Amino acid sequence: MTQVSDAPARTRAQISERTLRKDRWWQAPVVVVTLLTIWLTYATVRVFTGHWYYVPKYHYLTPFYSPCVSGECVPGSSTLGHWIPAIPPIIPYAFVSLVFVLGFRLTCYYYRRAYYRAFWQSPPSCAVREPHAKYTGETRFPLIMQNLHRYFFYVVIVISVLNTWDVAQAFRGPDGNFGFGLGSLIMLANVVLLWCYTLSCHSCRHITGGRLKHFSRHPIRYWAWTKVSWLNARHMQLAWTTLGTLMLTDLYIMLVASGAISDLRFFN
Amino acid sequence: MGYMAALKVWRGDAGSGALTDYKVEVNEGEVVLDVLHRLQATQAGDLALRWNCKAGKCGSCSMEINGRPRLGCMTRMSTFDPADTLTITPMRTFPVIRDLVTDVSFNYAKARSIPSFTPDPSIKPGEFRMQQEDVNRSQEFRKCIECYLCQNTCHVIRDHAENEAPFAGPRFLMRVAELEMHPCDEADRRDIAQDDFGLGYCNITKCCTEVCPEHIKITDNALIPLKERVAGHKYDPLVWLGSKISRRPAKAGTPAVPGKR
Repeated sequence: MTQVSDAPARTRAQISERTLRKDRWWQAPVVVVTLLTIWLTYATVRVFTGHWYYVPKYHYLTPFYSPCVSGECVPGSSTLGHWIPAIPPIIPYAFVSLVFVLGFRLTCYYYRRAYYRAFWQSPPSCAVREPHAKYTGETRFPLIMQNLHRYFFYVVIVISVLNTWDVAQAFRGPDGNFGFGLGSLIMLANVVLLWCYTLSCHSCRHITGGRLKHFSRHPIRYWAWTKVSWLNARHMQLAWTTLGTLMLTDLYIMLVASGAISDLRFFN
Repeated sequence: MGYMAALKVWRGDAGSGALTDYKVEVNEGEVVLDVLHRLQATQAGDLALRWNCKAGKCGSCSMEINGRPRLGCMTRMSTFDPADTLTITPMRTFPVIRDLVTDVSFNYAKARSIPSFTPDPSIKPGEFRMQQEDVNRSQEFRKCIECYLCQNTCHVIRDHAENEAPFAGPRFLMRVAELEMHPCDEADRRDIAQDDFGLGYCNITKCCTEVCPEHIKITDNALIPLKERVAGHKYDPLVWLGSKISRRPAKAGTPAVPGKR
């Protein structure tokens, strides 16, 4: 009589190596950690500096100080008036916008992917074992708060309008009439890319049309959804590009404001 | 021109196993599955591997090649340096039956737990009409060949087997998303997506998208849109306030998950 053997135990293949990948899977996390650390260090230093954020002659205001609502803000830089008294920059002058811009980027679906992989190593790369013994993802506090991304998006739309207003001011010459220089063009490029990044957001894609069940019954929203989807496919590139343009814009204005360089004027 | 490739193939069963060295002939134009078949025919007649169509459409020959979840039939040998040793292992997330064959029944159990298509009962078979723009979204997800490479690579269950119960994995969250977006599906699946299928476990690191041999944008087109729908339903303060003052009553029709409610 044939002996029927026991069914094999239901266990996974026992492979001790963390990963058997032979490519440079560690490269992307290292690059992300390096670039984000550089950017965050620069931004932190700048928002607490309290100097060289406005060029009165050409009306250049760095986005890191917009809207400038502290009593310390130099004349002409406060679009929305002074909300807090003149105190040293323990509180960033543009705290009212920075907290939402930071929240928007922190909860952004692309940045989440980037920092979960690079900083938290969860996972560091695909098919590479993560170092954590337990994982609950975004099911609990504080990471369940990532679901608030959409509300940051709403506020950032308003902030983008403010940034656009700042750019319009930068197209005024010293006499108050139309005029522009290299700084105006850098600010313009920055704000266009900021709009592209903001509108390419996954929440924006959901709001414009993604939440619908019937595209065919909402042709205008469907059209808008296709355009946002096109931008959305470039969300990662826009996320990085705007970090670069924000830094470049601030750096240029800082150099002009401090007198280190002169603005290259094209007209007036 | 052919050459002799050095292979390390994981051999064993659920109890134990190890990487075994082989030297196998490789000819121009071959894929990894061809080489494994030659290994089986010439040196290791008892090598177990699952395959069927050899065309990237049946999803049977899922394995890990040099640590990367791939289809054996869609991985060209010409993409590797002939001097390198190729390491071939079974999918790590699933229990191994023998050699490269794994038990993927976890996925079938998850598939069965998803409440099926729930149309308006007043619409009779043959009366459904859908426009192409409505069909497109679901059609992308229907390209899935159920190779389960996405399930295999998802760290939520790959690195944390304890999450197999609460988390359905990207393939089945994509199925939930497909039904949730379907114009003729009447069920509200947002609660069960979060509570029963573990959408919150997904931290959108996109590995499922990276390994998908059908290039389905699982994360961008299924998981994130589903997360947004859940966020609007469960975490929207205005919706919550509206439901409290009865201005926006909760939508009826959340289907039950078999065995859970």
